[in-house]
Amino acid sequence: MTQQGVRWTAEQVLALAPDAASRKAGSKLAVAGPWSAAGTSDEGTVWGLCKGSGSKPYQTVIDVADSTGPAYKCSCPSRKFPCKHALGLLLLWAGDDTAVPPGQAPDWAEQWLAGRRTRAAERTTRTDAASGATSADPEAARRRAERRADRITAGAAELEQRLTDLFRGGLAAAEQAGYALWEETAARMVDAQAPGLAARVRELGAIPGSGPGWPVRLLEECALLHLLDQGWLRRARLPEGLAATVRSRVGLSGSPDGPPVHDRWLTLAQYDTSDSRLTTRRIWLYGTGSGRTALLLSYGAAGRAPELSLPVGLAFEAEVAAYPGGGQLRAALGERFTAPEPSSVRPPGITPSEAAARYGTALQDDPWLDSYPVTLTRVIPATDGDSWQLVDADSDLALPLTSSARSRPGLWRLVALSGGAPLTVFGECGHHGFTPLTAWAAEGTNAQEPTGQAVPLC
Amino acid sequence: MTGTTGDPSPTAATSALAWEELVTTALLGTDRRTPPGAVSGREAPVALLDTAAVATVRRRAGIRPVRAAARPAPAAPDPRPPLPPAATRRLTTLLTDRPGTGGGRRGAAPDLMELLPQWLALANTHGYAAPPEALPALLDAARGRTDLRPAVLAFAGPRALWLARLNPDWRFALRAAPGGGASLPGPDEPERVRQLWQEGLFAERVALLTAVRARDAASAREVLSSTWSTERAEDRLMFLDTLRTGLEAADEPFLEAALADRSRNVRATAAELLSALPDSALARRMAKRATGCVAVDHTGSASTASGTPTIVVEAPHECDPGMERDGVLPKAPAGRGERSWWLGQLVEAAPLGAWSRRFGGRTPEEIVALPVADDWRSELHGAWCRAAVRQRDPGWSRALLGAPSTPEAGGPGAVSLAERAKLLATLESGERAEWVAGFIATHGLSEAFQLLGVCAVPWAPPLGRAVVDALNIARDAGSYPWSFSGVMGLAERCLDPAESVRLEPLTATPEDTEDAAPGAGGYWAEAFQRLTTTLRLRATMRAELARVEGTVD
Repeated sequence: MTQQGVRWTAEQVLALAPDAASRKAGSKLAVAGPWSAAGTSDEGTVWGLCKGSGSKPYQTVIDVADSTGPAYKCSCPSRKFPCKHALGLLLLWAGDDTAVPPGQAPDWAEQWLAGRRTRAAERTTRTDAASGATSADPEAARRRAERRADRITAGAAELEQRLTDLFRGGLAAAEQAGYALWEETAARMVDAQAPGLAARVRELGAIPGSGPGWPVRLLEECALLHLLDQGWLRRARLPEGLAATVRSRVGLSGSPDGPPVHDRWLTLAQYDTSDSRLTTRRIWLYGTGSGRTALLLSYGAAGRAPELSLPVGLAFEAEVAAYPGGGQLRAALGERFTAPEPSSVRPPGITPSEAAARYGTALQDDPWLDSYPVTLTRVIPATDGDSWQLVDADSDLALPLTSSARSRPGLWRLVALSGGAPLTVFGECGHHGFTPLTAWAAEGTNAQEPTGQAVPLC
Repeated sequence: MTGTTGDPSPTAATSALAWEELVTTALLGTDRRTPPGAVSGREAPVALLDTAAVATVRRRAGIRPVRAAARPAPAAPDPRPPLPPAATRRLTTLLTDRPGTGGGRRGAAPDLMELLPQWLALANTHGYAAPPEALPALLDAARGRTDLRPAVLAFAGPRALWLARLNPDWRFALRAAPGGGASLPGPDEPERVRQLWQEGLFAERVALLTAVRARDAASAREVLSSTWSTERAEDRLMFLDTLRTGLEAADEPFLEAALADRSRNVRATAAELLSALPDSALARRMAKRATGCVAVDHTGSASTASGTPTIVVEAPHECDPGMERDGVLPKAPAGRGERSWWLGQLVEAAPLGAWSRRFGGRTPEEIVALPVADDWRSELHGAWCRAAVRQRDPGWSRALLGAPSTPEAGGPGAVSLAERAKLLATLESGERAEWVAGFIATHGLSEAFQLLGVCAVPWAPPLGRAVVDALNIARDAGSYPWSFSGVMGLAERCLDPAESVRLEPLTATPEDTEDAAPGAGGYWAEAFQRLTTTLRLRATMRAELARVEGTVD
């Protein structure tokens, strides 16, 4: 671990909060008043005592520099994680250099840190042992995998049958059938241990009656689902990259097998999507040395925030390993060597035409891809009545924004940041349009180069 | 994104047709319609899905950019220096704290939204430009709170107006800035002034008149006179109101003419403005009428202690047309005697200087101290209060306020708390703070809220000390802090941050005493913690904004 040196910004700390209430509560504690004996160490630890309603202050300590993300410990009874005290202390640390001075961690903080280091060491040993255990019985693992593949095959075949029946009777009839039909089919796919198929089927259920043009959307998605079924049923004859893509699209997650890429990674964007059961966090990284773009996924169940959190606009040195699949961008974060800190590197940008072509090319490796990450350079947000576009500053071509992007507050941050002038914008480009995620304004004299801070739009 | 640029090629047209055909077949079902390109040996629905899959991937892979919409005209540049980084972070935190979450008892944490007005005022004093990405949150905050709007719009600058034109939610910003931010014509553009005055919307015309008035009162009168007779009554009233700023003797002829206006409200406003000009003919007429009703009786017949000079009042017996023309409202509100109603208006409109002459050179203090016969005291003093406020006369205000420690100052005296607050506002801020401090020291906090509201921020040291001492006394008395939540909230915003040191001992949780309300001690400790926390935060805020340009954060 190098010296921690650089403090985070308030936005970066707030991004760690599990919900809006925590952000608010944490912000209120980001003042010197309730804190005493606060301090920070060169190893990247922040600690402090927070006056609560009781007589004994809460002991809060955060390990900012841990390789798997910040770790927190607080003696308060909150079930939120991180709790408002941890957020407040981090905000205080981020905002006020005098309130959290460098120092020596007190005993209670030191104990916890020592415990963590011991456990981390044990975990490494255990993982080694565990990987030894799986390799010890490859025969059993192979039999398990075969059984699951058989069930998925049965599921895919059943799904094909249901699609065939659907198209025999026509989609117009499907509108009347309602959502129950799809729910039931999705449940069958869950039974078949094909969560990827189940999720696609569930999304189909939302299309009928979703506004003008729904038959086209339903036909497209049914056709792609059919393509996925067929891909699975004939995966043995597919090239290896495409077969891996099919496996992961069906829901066999696999594990990262690419060689670890050691690079300095800039966090381009971080955003969550959630349904009733699960919060999915997507983090886009840009390798400043390799030029690679990587997607990290992190999940949080039952209202908990996903554990991985990386501040947008900061860069850190780490190893990242790709998941199998043709043109797959998904990767796993390996060992981290530095804490996130500001970086002057900006991702190189392309024009709207190039971005559309980039998505088209990516479909070769993964026909089920909805969008592809691109950085646009010199684009201006412009409106045409109800719709918004990112207009190329140097031609009369533009990418329309997706409808979901139009309804987000980030749209207005983007427009405000631009003020009618060209920007650099990172986002996802696909058949629905472009979803902006982060923007950089050009500042100062050189309007070609974005030099401003990364402004998250999601 | 499905749009293509340029004319569709023949192949594109063909594939579009084929796709239409696929969709139609899919809707109807393959039992009713044979899909295009069906190959024998394959089930019809499967053939349909095969073809559709190829077509879908082809359609998606072939997306192209669309033709660009008209680009917005760039926002006007904001030449102000950018916020220091620490202040930018603080603004983000302040804006994150939105109302509507939480509620109930407030706990020990500061109310950040309450600090936003102060933050904005400070940022505007330093003349910083707002960070563009913060503008949407700023405009949203100002949309919900009209009191924030002037400060937010000043801080947000030209780009906020540019944004407001794109989002109907923020249209208030355009209303607040007349002409959508277009600059008002300057003194060297008489033609533009004339045109805007003739053709502008009402709000634009008011803004124009105010602006012209601010730099040249005579031109403003000229502009106003040019169309005066054709304006609607409501508009005349608003335009007349602009004369309030920089009221001068030269306004008298115009106001005299307005005394004959068709609208009663316009007449009343003109009369009010004229009475604030002590040398105006109307003021002289009013002085004559008012002093004619009030006299000093030296004979003692009107008082119990013989020989003591006493004020005797003979209220007017009628409201003659002259009085009415000078703005006196003849009809008294329900429950008020007509004669006292007329008297009140005469005294209120008469220049205060007239009373010294009337009472043999006595000072305001001496006049106020004179006994008044026949229960006319509160009527007379009330009218003098209104006159002192209207004429912004500190000498009379001081006399009418009296000493803050007199028992009467706290109770229902001749002068109400609301009137006191107005009288205080005519005094210089140091004197104001001293008076309120004295009042709190004698009468406690329960009546002080209105008076605190007119004191300058941050509170002067004696005033701050008086408030903290009074809060401490209230705590010792065992009451709950939320009985004083109004004053507490004010203290959080107005107390000098330097006072936080003195508050430190009060933040500890004391043992509950027997006669205290249960748990009150803990709540008080919490309230004082919040107070000190907020004060420290305010000090930090100020330091963050004060950092000079070029200093590394």
